[in-house]
Amino acid sequence: MNNRSFIIISIIIGIILQIIPMPSPVDLYRPDWLLLILIYWSMALPNRVSVGVAAFTGLVIDLLYGTSLGVHSFALSIPVYLVAANYQRLRNHSMLQQIMTILMLCVLYHLIVYWLQYWITGIEFSWLFLWPAVSSVLFWPWLFWLLRKFRRDLRVT
Amino acid sequence: MACLFLNMNKVFARGPSLFYRLCIVLTLSVIGMVMDAKVESVSTARTYLTSLVSPLQYVADMPGAILDWSASRFTSRQTLLVENERLTNKITLMNEKLQRFTVLKQENENLRRLLDAPVQSGMHRMIAELMAVDNNPYSHQIVINKGAIHDVYEGQPVLDDTGIVGQIVEVGTTNSRVLLISDITHAIPVRISRNNVSVIAGGAGVVTELSLEHVAHSADLQEGDLLVSSGLGKVFPEGYPVGVIESIVRDESKPFSKVTAQTSAQLDRIKYLLLLWPPESAPADSLSPDQLGQKVDE
Repeated sequence: MNNRSFIIISIIIGIILQIIPMPSPVDLYRPDWLLLILIYWSMALPNRVSVGVAAFTGLVIDLLYGTSLGVHSFALSIPVYLVAANYQRLRNHSMLQQIMTILMLCVLYHLIVYWLQYWITGIEFSWLFLWPAVSSVLFWPWLFWLLRKFRRDLRVT
Repeated sequence: MACLFLNMNKVFARGPSLFYRLCIVLTLSVIGMVMDAKVESVSTARTYLTSLVSPLQYVADMPGAILDWSASRFTSRQTLLVENERLTNKITLMNEKLQRFTVLKQENENLRRLLDAPVQSGMHRMIAELMAVDNNPYSHQIVINKGAIHDVYEGQPVLDDTGIVGQIVEVGTTNSRVLLISDITHAIPVRISRNNVSVIAGGAGVVTELSLEHVAHSADLQEGDLLVSSGLGKVFPEGYPVGVIESIVRDESKPFSKVTAQTSAQLDRIKYLLLLWPPESAPADSLSPDQLGQKVDE
């Protein structure tokens, strides 16, 4: 079996974590699992996972969330593009620098989703929308370590 | 230096460059969004695609289902007994109410016949269960476990035991999506049960909150008034509770007063829901209004 299927499995797990039902007070702080996983892969293996995969998984998320088709494709592919275009620089960052970058990317992601939704349905902005960016960053070091361990042990290339 | 560039380019040797790919993806997404809003046939395609990805939904639902299952396995005998007693009491009380209701209903029908007004026929119903709650804060939608194979249709009213919850917006094969009345894009025609003043209750974008639109300062509204569906939009049946007026701000400098209401249904803790069908188009396995009484007796 090709170890590349681990990439697909991790992305599917990301999608499931994204839609798993949670009590609404916790739900507000749900980390952007899928975005983090996509960022990791586009940093580690930019020739395997980049804009195309991000757009496709974004479409799946749109279907599962019931948002207009393309909202999450649009919002996911921009941060993933930024990572894939600068992957060499990001790999050499220290964890602290990485965290700051991830925070910016998550905020960007949420702002894009908000802008697109605003354009479609005219929702009002609330700072609560940016909480997931903070919780995502808290999970990033662990996720990074976990995925790197799997990537090395399974020799995913 | 040239060597370095060659190496860098090798990574993306196959296919178009990264930036080019981004442009294609973004264009396609924008086309998707515009099509979704403008083209009618997209919603059918969406139904098929939703059915394709619904296994993911079932997998995501599993941990909750397992927890529910184990919770029901490990409840103590004592809790079960207490719950049983509570439910038996409730049924007795309900049945007593139902007896009066049947008499009143018959009386009402007779009176309507005398007035030559059309007799209102009851709705057929089916119980559905909550499958998933949408977690994006921008829209209030839930997924239920009944779909096209149960004859669910778009625009179908959805209720729970305390009031109107929302309407179906998307039908999949075995599940469908409900837009809650608190969603910012949703509005429902209601009347105040005290004096029959008609208003439109739009979603406030906050769970369990509605905002009444275009209410004149002189309108006879009071805090605590019950809002019931007026049936004017032909989507929701008449006379079901929608919400209770919570606050009225009459600021004369604004053209309309700002009225907010609390929904009757507890939209943040939904578990079981009722789907309603008009009698003409009801599926065979739904409960008719007469069956309902028997069901309670059993």
